[in-house]
Amino acid sequence: MSLAFSERARAEIDRLLARYPTRGAATLPVLRVAEREFGGIDDDVMVLVADTLDLSPAQVRGVFSFYTHLRRPGWGKYVLQVCATLSCALRGCEGLADHLEARLGIRAGQTTPDRRFTLLKVECLARCGESPVLQVNDDMYVNVTPAKADAILESLP
Amino acid sequence: MITLKINGLPVAVEAGSTILEAAQFLGFPIPTLCHMEGLSPYGACRLCVVEIGEGPRARLVTSCTYPAEEGLVVRTASARVVRARRMVIELLLASCPQSRTIQDLASAHGVHQQRFRQEHEDCILCGRCVRMCEEQMMAKAIGFQGRGERRTIGTPFNEPSAQCRQCGGCIYVCPACQLRCTYNEPDKAICGACANLPAPCLEKEGAADMLCYMSPCVACEIKR
Repeated sequence: MSLAFSERARAEIDRLLARYPTRGAATLPVLRVAEREFGGIDDDVMVLVADTLDLSPAQVRGVFSFYTHLRRPGWGKYVLQVCATLSCALRGCEGLADHLEARLGIRAGQTTPDRRFTLLKVECLARCGESPVLQVNDDMYVNVTPAKADAILESLP
Repeated sequence: MITLKINGLPVAVEAGSTILEAAQFLGFPIPTLCHMEGLSPYGACRLCVVEIGEGPRARLVTSCTYPAEEGLVVRTASARVVRARRMVIELLLASCPQSRTIQDLASAHGVHQQRFRQEHEDCILCGRCVRMCEEQMMAKAIGFQGRGERRTIGTPFNEPSAQCRQCGGCIYVCPACQLRCTYNEPDKAICGACANLPAPCLEKEGAADMLCYMSPCVACEIKR
């Protein structure tokens, strides 16, 4: 496998590893480093992370696929995550997701052809009291109506 | 030794045991599904719930993960426990109606109706196979992936795993699909999944050193 971490990334990983009791405990922060290093995490990167941490690919894959905040290569500039779990569902996230699908002309899980937006329906984003929740990259928006979502999208640079 | 009360009976158990181990040691039956001796407690199936505490502070906990504490009051078969357990079984039955183990559990606990839509899944995500692979077979070839309703168990990237030695341990411990192992009796086979497993020991050197949990073992049956 030709994939490898750069010197700088290796140094950062070593620094991270010193902060955790086991190598496996550093999986999430090391995935973060890998995400920055390779611009996204695909299957090969997961195998590399597993080798780096002495884990099996199955374990890294389990962690990666549990969380929704780690980028896959090929995603758009803005990743729109609509929470689709219970509280948000009761407060109308389906309508929000449908509205975004119609506005962007893509289905959940797809990326717009201009690579600007990726739309995802995700599990709980942990702001149930202020649902429905929309997360744009690392920013969280709460009590999102379709009109508010429009305003958010238009305000993006 | 730790002293506690189980179903009104004062008992003493070794420090470090869980409520489940204590109750089973003393002969109080608690049904389990994801629990397996030799594997770490996981608390996934919720079948082993018991009620602890008294009055308004009484609550349900999974006995397989809850440590026996000094002075704890445990009820293993109160009305609340039985109601919760029946609900768990009904839900498990809805996701895997074809599992013999779950059918037997339903029958033993008087679950005669099913109010939920049958899903016909072949997995209840109890994690026995994942723990078996990691803790007993030292392979870590399979793991959970995804989250919520999309959670599944499999090899990473859905390809054959380099870590898998095809010992069959995962299939052997599975409570939902144990009939897969009856390929040598094709009439009883449900999914035929094991028919797709290459025989682990036929073509390899040092077969005697392999950890094989298949029983009956397809390959060994053929060799005979």
